[in-house]
Amino acid sequence: MSSYEARFKVWRGDVEGGGLEDFEVEVNDGEVVLDIIHRLQATQAPDLAVRWNCKAGKCGSCSAEINGRPRLMCMTRMSVFTREETITVTPLRAFPVVRDLVTDVGFNYTKAREVPAFVPPEGVGPGEYRMFQEDVDRSQEFRKCIECFLCQDTCHVVRDHEENKSAFAGPRFLMRVAELDMHPLDAAAESGLDRKKTAQDEHGLGYCNITKCCTEVCPEGIHITDNALIPLKERAVDRKYDPLVWLGSKIMRRPSGG
Amino acid sequence: MATGTEPHLNSGGVRTGTRAAIDAPHLRTDRWWLAPAATAAGLLAFIVYSTWRAFANADYYSAPYVSPFYSPCLAENCKNMPSGPNADVFGSWWGISPAIIILIFPLGFRLTCYYYRKAYYRGFWASPPACAVAEPHKKYSGETRFPLILQNIHRYFFYAAIVVAGILTYDTVLSFRDTDENWGHMGLGTLVFLVNITLIWAYTISCHSCRHIVGGKLKHFSKHPVRYKAWQFVGKLNARHMLLAWASLVSVALADFYVYLLASGAFDDPRFF
Repeated sequence: MSSYEARFKVWRGDVEGGGLEDFEVEVNDGEVVLDIIHRLQATQAPDLAVRWNCKAGKCGSCSAEINGRPRLMCMTRMSVFTREETITVTPLRAFPVVRDLVTDVGFNYTKAREVPAFVPPEGVGPGEYRMFQEDVDRSQEFRKCIECFLCQDTCHVVRDHEENKSAFAGPRFLMRVAELDMHPLDAAAESGLDRKKTAQDEHGLGYCNITKCCTEVCPEGIHITDNALIPLKERAVDRKYDPLVWLGSKIMRRPSGG
Repeated sequence: MATGTEPHLNSGGVRTGTRAAIDAPHLRTDRWWLAPAATAAGLLAFIVYSTWRAFANADYYSAPYVSPFYSPCLAENCKNMPSGPNADVFGSWWGISPAIIILIFPLGFRLTCYYYRKAYYRGFWASPPACAVAEPHKKYSGETRFPLILQNIHRYFFYAAIVVAGILTYDTVLSFRDTDENWGHMGLGTLVFLVNITLIWAYTISCHSCRHIVGGKLKHFSKHPVRYKAWQFVGKLNARHMLLAWASLVSVALADFYVYLLASGAFDDPRFF
């Protein structure tokens, strides 16, 4: 096993202010960035705040920005960097900082509450839900989300424009709307809730300019833009911008989408 | 607190309010600028070339080939193309290049295409220039307002693009003639047209709107097995939409350039049979 001394810059501070602090720290073969942050805690900065849990890319806790790119620290191998490189680790830059590498991701919980939950179909009791696999494939891809909020962090709509946070749900929660709208048993339409329309009117789908950063940073490899956001935009077009679909739904006396 | 850096209260963007106090608009160390720069350069090259060719109103027909930029040719000032894609719909009042009449449709299709939107929002408008790189704009309303709300008419341009692709297919069939309009012949230009029309169709069919129309809008694929198969097929193509967008952009320019070389006399079409 070989080891070397790596140069790190880690952002330290809190809501009052802070800055990048330099460290030199031992790195061994096979380690990930989170290992190095833990070594810093153990040897040089015992009060360094970092949120982490599973170390397996499944809990979504250790989100940070490494060399300016939103990533999970536990899934970023040190071997992707050269030994001469200085590695910069900062907290997520779209959310308020709490301390050091820990941010307040409460914005996302607020947005999660704004998406109406699954509406159970009438006359089908618990344990009686039956679905074909091809009907749930699309929703299941979105269920892989570990809520690391890297997509929310990288999305320029809110990252670069704080004022848009009230109007825009962000890719993670627009994907949740898509997941429910594509769910074969969701009875929102029957209950009078048109998710296609509210995606645009209440969750800010129109702010998305499909530049695909959410997809680029997703550690689960979910095709957020191509499989959730663009299909949702097309569904919103059905409701709001396509006169032929509108006319067809009036003549057929049923909502489009069978 | 680690250093004396003060927080940037309400200074905008990633430096807003209670976010981590970091001056740099981004901390990326890779060549993040390369992709948007290459995209912008590629699109600019096509814009310059196609503007020249579209307004040139010359060297667009050399039997049996007609440039895809001028097909169908719908004004009186079109060149005579025997059995070709010309119809005097606009009459003699149309004085400028007839290419302008038809190019609006493929242009609109590509301009509102979900891939090209990403490309030019990043490459030209820097919104954002790259992921986690701060954009330079103070305000952002995305596609919620005029004019960008018009991006929602993409599907109508898709329908028009189907018609245009159909006409270009007809042109490709016509290219199996010789210069005297006899059928059953083939030249290098026929191959160029075949490659071009294949890429044009692949790009058109791989469109996100097409994916939605053929099956994506459905809630229950199990009730529509044929549309489900169609959606799966379009989905496979759709995964390569960016590649097809570029390949078809290059091929349509090359097909036009090939006709230009023939029509201007710079090159003779090698005939196979």
